[in-house]
Amino acid sequence: MSERVLGSLSLRMGPAQVVFLALLAVLVLGAIVGGAEFMSMETVVGIQQRSAALGIVAIGQTLAILAGSLDLSVAVLISLTSLVAAEMMESGNVAGGVAGALAVSVLVGLVNGAVITKFKVHAFIATLGMTLVIKGVLDHLYDGPAGRVPDSFQRLGYDRIGPIPVSALLWAGVALAVWFILTRTRTGYRIYAVGGDVEVARLSGVRTDRVVIITHVLCSLCAGIAGLLLASRLGAGAPTVGTDGGYDLESIAAVVLGGTALAGGRGGVAGTVGGVLLLAVLDSLFNLLEVNSFFKDVVRGVVIVAAVAVYVRRRKS
Amino acid sequence: MKYAIFVVLVLLLAAIALANPFILEPAGFLAFVKRAAPLVILAAGQYFVIVSGEFDLSVGSLVTVEVVVAARLIDGNEAATWPVLALLLALGLLVGLVNGVVTTLLRVPSFITTLGMMLILSGAVFLWTGGAPRGALSQTFRIFGRDTLYAVAIMVVVGVAAVLLTRATYGRTLIATGDNERAAALSGVRVTRTRILAFVISGLAAAVAGIMLGGFAGVSAQVGQGLEFSAITAVVLGGVALGGGRGSVVAAMGGAFTLEAMFTLLNLYGISGALEYTLQGVIIIAAVAAGAVQLPRLTPTPRKGDAHAS
Repeated sequence: MSERVLGSLSLRMGPAQVVFLALLAVLVLGAIVGGAEFMSMETVVGIQQRSAALGIVAIGQTLAILAGSLDLSVAVLISLTSLVAAEMMESGNVAGGVAGALAVSVLVGLVNGAVITKFKVHAFIATLGMTLVIKGVLDHLYDGPAGRVPDSFQRLGYDRIGPIPVSALLWAGVALAVWFILTRTRTGYRIYAVGGDVEVARLSGVRTDRVVIITHVLCSLCAGIAGLLLASRLGAGAPTVGTDGGYDLESIAAVVLGGTALAGGRGGVAGTVGGVLLLAVLDSLFNLLEVNSFFKDVVRGVVIVAAVAVYVRRRKS
Repeated sequence: MKYAIFVVLVLLLAAIALANPFILEPAGFLAFVKRAAPLVILAAGQYFVIVSGEFDLSVGSLVTVEVVVAARLIDGNEAATWPVLALLLALGLLVGLVNGVVTTLLRVPSFITTLGMMLILSGAVFLWTGGAPRGALSQTFRIFGRDTLYAVAIMVVVGVAAVLLTRATYGRTLIATGDNERAAALSGVRVTRTRILAFVISGLAAAVAGIMLGGFAGVSAQVGQGLEFSAITAVVLGGVALGGGRGSVVAAMGGAFTLEAMFTLLNLYGISGALEYTLQGVIIIAAVAAGAVQLPRLTPTPRKGDAHAS
């Protein structure tokens, strides 16, 4: 009898709950293994700092993936927007820099979305092509870090309110906004509909092209915000900050780790937040135990594949 | 239209010949073929995976692993060459097998499986070598990538084998699997086995490409970087549909030649360095978009004549 109750309980648990359960397990493990050091202010702040940029990108990526698309160009876009912001802020014009970076993001998102929907190019190839285009421009114009952000803007990257860094608040804000869009607005329902079955959505009167373009614009905007955050941390723009961080594939991995189906139509923001936190907590734990950084990659690969294998099992049963 | 990519290839080669007639001579042409050979082999392997409806993102890191492992194990010792070569092929086969099994039996999307494999492979090999490649390749090992005749011969053998494979029953079941998995399964295709074999072929192709690149490009931690994207791009340029079920392996290999010709041409015309990427990106999108425009004809919309038949 109790077995049945347990069974139905675990059945009712979505992937998002599973990832938070895993997060809890790793936290407990960290507290046991790492002791006071793991629960210290430094570690807690570190986890938030580390996850904020990836978290923001992954929220945007969630939108693209939910709509049945994906965006490989976020990493180079982060580099590009960090440079645009830092160059424009060199004269002290913070608002101009932010606006410039976000405008560039919107443009890139529009082009991605338009190429995918109007020219019928597979999202993988369209955003890979966009990656090459931006990479070429970056390599052509920059050899290294450029521009400078004023001290006031650097506070975005380093200030904190109590134990919570401003960057984590920014991440939370972005997550809340996207959660609202997905669960409380028509656009959100349309995104799920298009990701679930684009033909059915179209026949039900959804302008599917427009929905896909919107998700790509929002996804690029998130990458632009992450670029601003990284520019404020570095104090300048850098042409490789996005690709060095591996934000393209890592953000997709975090989304999938959070239980969002790669084929689209199923999942949400909460799971992605859990996925990003899980990756960051694992990272902190490994740092604490002074685990070799290459070993970290191996574990990360295994965790991602194993998690998806588990989700698929659950969906089938 | 199936082989439209070869028209593009001939145009590109003609443009190269205008700037540098050396390519019209046998030596110049063979040098070009040799440069393209590793990518052609990777594209041939990737074709099998893509046409079955999957991705293989792990080939770039597999190439790096092959080269780094070879250098460490051979360490300049000629006698170790052949056993290590066998081991490298076995490694490629094993990685492909794991990719295939995880994708089909555990039902993990191949994008994630092979992405995880990419992290695992690159992490594991540098864990083993302590962060930087060590050791050296033997003279015999280097010949496969460095000697033009060897490189071209290997490529031709791989290419012919790939074509024969697609012409055999396996090729037809593979396309059926990629086109409509359920229909294929209901008509008696062993879908799982077919897909696993496709991943094994891709792993083997990456092993061969790695062996050649070790001799051609030397030992470095970056030797395979980005090759997975180049291989997928080449296959797609050849008109093979992502999502599976459509396309020919000959055209996929033609796509790889075209990509290599494009690099050569951009270099020749001095658009070297940075903006090369930009142009490459635009061309790839444009080429795929041009291919997609013709797609509607292939969708099974009822034609006028069909109304009477049904």
